[in-house]
Amino acid sequence: MAGVSLSDVKKRFGAAEVIHGVDLTVEDGEFVVFVGPSGCGKSTLLRMIAGLEDISGGEVRIGERVVNDVEASDRGTAMVFQTYALYPHMTVAQNMSFGLRMTGNDKADTEARVSRAAEVLQIEPLMDRRPKALSGGQRQRVAIGRAIVRDPSVFLFDEPLSNLDAELRVQMRVEIARLHGELGTTMIYVTHDQTEAMTLADRIVVLRAGRVEQVGRPLELYHDPANQFVAGFIGSPRMNFLPGTVVSRGDGRVRLRLERGGEIELPLETLPREGAAVTLGIRPEHFVPAGQGDCDITLEVEVIEHLGATSFVYSGTRSGAQIIAQRPETPESAEASEHAGERLTVAIPAARAFLFDDSGARLR
Amino acid sequence: MTAGTGSRTATRRRRMTLLHLVMVPLAIVWLFPLWMMVVFSTMPDSGIFSPEIQLIPSTHFIENFRALEADTGFLRTLFNSVFVAVIYTVLSVMLTSMAGWALVRYRFRGRGVVLGVILATLTLPYFVVVIPQFIMVARDFGLSNTWIALIVPPLFNSLGVLFMRQSFSLMPQDLFDAAQVEGVSEWKIFTRVAMPMARPTIAALSIILFLASWNNYLWPLLVASDPSMMTAPVALGSLIGFTRVSWGGIMTGAVLLTVPMLVVFVALQRHFMSGITAGAVK
Ligand SMILES: Nc1ncnc2c1ncn2[C@@H]1O[C@H](COP(=O)(O)OP(=O)(O)OP(=O)(O)O)[C@@H](O)[C@H]1O
Ligand SMILES: [Mg+2]
Repeated sequence: MAGVSLSDVKKRFGAAEVIHGVDLTVEDGEFVVFVGPSGCGKSTLLRMIAGLEDISGGEVRIGERVVNDVEASDRGTAMVFQTYALYPHMTVAQNMSFGLRMTGNDKADTEARVSRAAEVLQIEPLMDRRPKALSGGQRQRVAIGRAIVRDPSVFLFDEPLSNLDAELRVQMRVEIARLHGELGTTMIYVTHDQTEAMTLADRIVVLRAGRVEQVGRPLELYHDPANQFVAGFIGSPRMNFLPGTVVSRGDGRVRLRLERGGEIELPLETLPREGAAVTLGIRPEHFVPAGQGDCDITLEVEVIEHLGATSFVYSGTRSGAQIIAQRPETPESAEASEHAGERLTVAIPAARAFLFDDSGARLR
Repeated sequence: MTAGTGSRTATRRRRMTLLHLVMVPLAIVWLFPLWMMVVFSTMPDSGIFSPEIQLIPSTHFIENFRALEADTGFLRTLFNSVFVAVIYTVLSVMLTSMAGWALVRYRFRGRGVVLGVILATLTLPYFVVVIPQFIMVARDFGLSNTWIALIVPPLFNSLGVLFMRQSFSLMPQDLFDAAQVEGVSEWKIFTRVAMPMARPTIAALSIILFLASWNNYLWPLLVASDPSMMTAPVALGSLIGFTRVSWGGIMTGAVLLTVPMLVVFVALQRHFMSGITAGAVK
């Protein structure tokens, strides 16, 4: 077992730099999740740790060792791919033992490891099948099994569940969490999926365009995002952003006028200058009923999504200034609920609102 | 059965009949010369040139073969052909696979140029190459009438390289990355992962290469004139120059020439089935 640390890690493909100096320390045994929009460099970073991509600058350490020039095979990592990457011409058992067999591991030991992994993942009845005779979930289990038998010091997962349907994804997510609990091995996990990131991670690393935007525990990112990007990225549905202008300031408070109408006063430590353009962020789930907050806003209801426990009210989708509000759902509210074309007034509680300047940095 | 499916079956039957009406004559046109080759191989020369056309095989095959063997030492040349074709196919598959693999798996400076050059050689007519190649092999290296002269010069096969490159590049590259992370050596990734998955392509390529070597006439004619090194097509061709041309013997030789081809084809046929990569990903 080992931690992983990156210092000022860079990656260039030809002339194009895609990772611009990443610093990160993953503690031994920690579960760290990389999230970020498509193309931001999550896979590249993971592949650099695995040794599948050269490191153009900076230093990668696994445990105490600098591994920049260490072959992939000698880094003690195991990787699970989005595509599972099972060898189609081998049985499940052969797939799982392949690496060990090819590197001259003791035969009895190999068999013992494979059967132990098969037991942990409950795939014993499948051992003689070919990958094409397996379901997606079973394939993913085999791929994880193949990683386990190597007894790696670091597990690397690149969107391992994104090819599964929703239900299986939940099931496998729980299983990966259980696995981490049982093995206690360091895991680095790349995903697009909000829920996976929030539920699995000890810490989440939010990446954008080859840079780390913020690192923190899931709830830390949710409650205390460092900037507008992270605020918008963590949480689902995403945070609403309302542009506005500072109209007055002083005494630890600013007063803004929202572009869509309405004024709100927020407590703030460092005050922006008067007239500054700012953005107010408020999560859909933090709206309160009209009159109970610090600023009422009226929404033109376009679509309502009923999820059972809650519903989401969409407005402003057409005008481009989308606002989503979450409402609790009760049998009564289902009867009396709003319909498309109607108006709904909700209130913003100042305590739950975030403020960002025009560069997207958080104002506190 | 409902009326609907009934009429659909009828339509399909009508379409099949039509198809057969077109295909059967074509098949006959194509098969007829082959059949006549077999028929002629069993007839004495007098029968072949008799005015009435015989369509049924006769009994003169053994005699024809004896004449052929006496004129050319045909069995020996047949062995030479098989030997050359087998060795050539095996070596060429290995060579072209490795080249194709390198072009897919390794990012190196000038990779595009190498690929371009290989592609460009495809456009060169063989006859442009054959004379300089002959001069180099026969005169400069003095390799006439050797196995090396027969097998080595055509070994590097651009089409084969492109074929294998295509096959490897269509495989999910994650498979090779996965093996690499597992500590499997490059050579074993190639031989244990990539090559087994390329089996259908290798089978198809083997047939193409075997056929090319088997049918090659010009090159062996140039470099292997010695009877002990001659290949079967060249031996057959040499008969035509004789004052007394034994057509029965030539036809017998032609029949014998098709046999190894059939064997290779049937043997490799079952590997053609594709879908071997199904289940690798997704
Ligand atoms: N082999 C390569 N050559 C050139 N550019 C590359 C190569 N691999 C990746 N890139 C570029 O590097 C950037 C990061 O790619 P990467 O695959 O790491 O993104 P990602 O965050 O994993 O995206 P996704 O979520 O879509 O998987 C992208 O802009 C991509 O175009
Ligand atoms: Mg990726």
